Amino acid sequence: MDTYVLLQHYWWFLISLLGGLLVFLLFVQGGQGMLYTVGKSGMERDMIVNALGRKWETTFTTLVTFGGAFFASFPLFYSTSFGGAFYVWMLILLVFVIQAVAYEFRRKADNFLGEKTYEWFLMINGVLGALLLGVAVGTLFTGANFTVNRLNLANVGGDTTISQWTTPWRGLDALADYRNWALGLAVLFLSRVLGAQYFLNTIDDKSIRTRSRRQLWFNGVPFVLCFLLFLVSILLSDGWAVDPATGTISVEPYKYWHNLLAMPLLFAALTAGVLAVLTGIVRDLRKESSTQGIWWSGSGTVVTVVCLFLLAGYNDTAYYPSLSDMQSSLTIYNSSSSEFTLTAMSIVSVLIPFVVAYIWYAWRAMNRRKITREEIASADEHLY
Amino acid sequence: MMLSAADWMSVVDWSRAQFAMTAIYHWLFVPLTLGLGFIVAIMETIYYRTGDEFWKRTTKFWMRLFGVNFAIGVATGIILEFEFGTNWSNYSHFVGDIFGAPLAIEGIMAFFLESTFIAVMFFGWNKVSKGFHLTATWLTAVGASLSALWILVANAWMQYPVGMTFNVETARNEMTSFWDVLFSPVAMNKFFHTVTSSYMLAAVFVVGISAWFLLRGRERQMARRSMAVASVFGLVFALVAAATGDGSGVQIARTQPMKLAAMEALYHGQKGAPLTVISVLKPEAERAAEEKAGWLNIEIPRMLSLMSYRDVDAYVAGINDLVNGNPERGMISTQEKIERGRVAIGELARYRQAKQAGDREAMREVLAKFDPQTPEGKAFHKEYFRYFGYGYLSSPDEVVPNVPLVYYSFRVMVGAGVFFILSFLFTLWLLKKGRIESRRWWLWVLLWSIPLAYVASQAGWIVAELGRQPWTIQDLLPTVAAVSRIDSTSVMVTFFLFVALFTTLLVAEVMIMRRQILNGPEDLSPEAGTATSSAGDKTNANE
Repeated sequence: MDTYVLLQHYWWFLISLLGGLLVFLLFVQGGQGMLYTVGKSGMERDMIVNALGRKWETTFTTLVTFGGAFFASFPLFYSTSFGGAFYVWMLILLVFVIQAVAYEFRRKADNFLGEKTYEWFLMINGVLGALLLGVAVGTLFTGANFTVNRLNLANVGGDTTISQWTTPWRGLDALADYRNWALGLAVLFLSRVLGAQYFLNTIDDKSIRTRSRRQLWFNGVPFVLCFLLFLVSILLSDGWAVDPATGTISVEPYKYWHNLLAMPLLFAALTAGVLAVLTGIVRDLRKESSTQGIWWSGSGTVVTVVCLFLLAGYNDTAYYPSLSDMQSSLTIYNSSSSEFTLTAMSIVSVLIPFVVAYIWYAWRAMNRRKITREEIASADEHLY
Repeated sequence: MMLSAADWMSVVDWSRAQFAMTAIYHWLFVPLTLGLGFIVAIMETIYYRTGDEFWKRTTKFWMRLFGVNFAIGVATGIILEFEFGTNWSNYSHFVGDIFGAPLAIEGIMAFFLESTFIAVMFFGWNKVSKGFHLTATWLTAVGASLSALWILVANAWMQYPVGMTFNVETARNEMTSFWDVLFSPVAMNKFFHTVTSSYMLAAVFVVGISAWFLLRGRERQMARRSMAVASVFGLVFALVAAATGDGSGVQIARTQPMKLAAMEALYHGQKGAPLTVISVLKPEAERAAEEKAGWLNIEIPRMLSLMSYRDVDAYVAGINDLVNGNPERGMISTQEKIERGRVAIGELARYRQAKQAGDREAMREVLAKFDPQTPEGKAFHKEYFRYFGYGYLSSPDEVVPNVPLVYYSFRVMVGAGVFFILSFLFTLWLLKKGRIESRRWWLWVLLWSIPLAYVASQAGWIVAELGRQPWTIQDLLPTVAAVSRIDSTSVMVTFFLFVALFTTLLVAEVMIMRRQILNGPEDLSPEAGTATSSAGDKTNANE
């Protein structure tokens, strides 16, 4: 494999990893969505908000970095998808803007909109944030309606835009494909499963634990169903294959299934990932005292999502199929940054383990003590 | 998707409006975060070293304001990042190979630092050791300024594109030197000017709020000491901001002469050009035609030449010279640049044709022209490619930015900066003499300096960004060729949606800040919060 191709694979892996971490960290969104189902009193909701409030910025930052890294390593995807699926991305942004202020403003005196409004912000973000991100990622398999022509830049006085959307729906067209819904709902239910597991792990309170455990059932089952529906339908679908020598793209029936067979390690990892997610759920459901399921389900989530991304982009697959013009489809070869830029950024990426290490260290230092009613009631703590 | 020409222009305008609006809102919060982070870190360091509970209480008070402000800064920042893609898709493609790298590094290096340690800073008081907490506070501040570094590197590259070559095959600029991009003189200067002026704004904020406490006779010790810390901090960085501002002038003269001409409303270039301190600008037609662009000019002779070229006799180009050309000075007209730009773009079209026809010979020819390693490529770059973006313009006057806006903004920024330097000095002198509380009129001035600092900070960005119109990338890509192909109604809808949302959130933020300040450095846990806010109301009632 030549260096450039290797770098393209390396960066697609990093994007996948960021995507995997992001979906795991969506436990914050999942938890927010259950603010009123798990938290029945004001005190309980305060405990929930404060438990999530210590993590929301990490999720948010991961989303921002995911976007930044995608821009840096596959700029053509950034300019094609964001500029094309305008409504979907704008909607996603909107629900994340209202989240960012909600924690800090919710209980502050004179907050203008009132506590309830900020709680609504958290719940809207919790549901729509996870669902829409899932739908958007679904299009990496199901495709979108766009054309790409770089030399449009030569059309002086005419249509200079390189990437164009071919329908007026601007990304809302993704909602017309049931497979995108299946993935969106799977991500939504998974985020709620992880949210419930996070509550079990972090909040030391009997009633919250009981309700969280019940939510594991209510969300675990639909998650499994939606996820299986998505996975099976994708494995049975056509995929767009690229010939790396010529860059020509063609339809290949059962492309994703073929990818699994061609990459047995990936097949094994995907299976292990899914099993780990299930193990975490089952552990937390079976034993009253279990609070550690999130580590199983969380790491399982990361592995599963990484595998899905790799399934979409590796093995000469177009990771953003164009439904309007097949040859416009994006592959990791035709949409990446230059070899120089990928190399420069790869050097910087050496810092990633260090970043993960200090996040881990700081989290542990902060989570040593569980959240209790006493802490929330105490006066000398900064609280949300 | 087909768009009419009129709709196309309106997409450009609405997209500009949307980006400008988001940037303006974002910048209402960022500078305070940048500076206040360090001010609380300094205060906490004093607490760490003295163990004096007074400093812990003081640190926590300012930290709370930091938190309120930080949240909304984050909220408005994410939109800016994604708007590069949503509204400026051609731009994202054209520069993604360069612009994306700093943005990704920003995410990896700076954002996580900030977001991880901010949680320790707020929630860790009783959970981690004093030393760890102090480190977290410093790392949060450093993380915030590091974020600023990378995004400003990207911005500087747009003003002064270096370290790249244009790749015909991919139709974009590709990075050839990371260090040229990072350490470009424009980038370094821009970074230091922007962060230090932000530190200054935060200092003005702390001094102003402290002045309010003194006016009310509340928390006098906290107010005096905060004022002292912030005044020293502010003075130091105000001086750095002044020095780097001066540095910007030199760079703009070389890299963006039109921006300089607009800042000075200089229509006719001249040797030994004077600096206009202030004047009232004439209507556009008269400005351009007459010798002086303004009435009631207060000028410093030769100062502009001295400041921009370090030479009292240097020639400074005017707007008319840049538009119409000035053969004596070897300056070509904008019309000529447009034609040369079209030649460069024409080569792209030729490449497309050759590619379709399978004409390898012609393809090779074009590639050679765009290759800066060959003598032919060097010549092509010098004669044609450097004017690439001009080819998209339809008339020469498109290169003239909005002169009055840039001109007055520049004066507001510089005037306020000079005023703040004097103000910090005077405040420190009063503090030293122990007379600050008896000079009530000055305390009022300090309080009312807060909005001035915000206006000045925004004015600085207006100069930098409006001054470079119509370029998203200086000379290479004008807004008209950078925008996404969306119908203007969609952009309009999201524009108004975000205006409404940001305005609502701004009102909430200001109200919360006001309440936090009224409450003073008391504890504000939920229960205590209700208690103190009613106490705060009582204080109000008494006043």
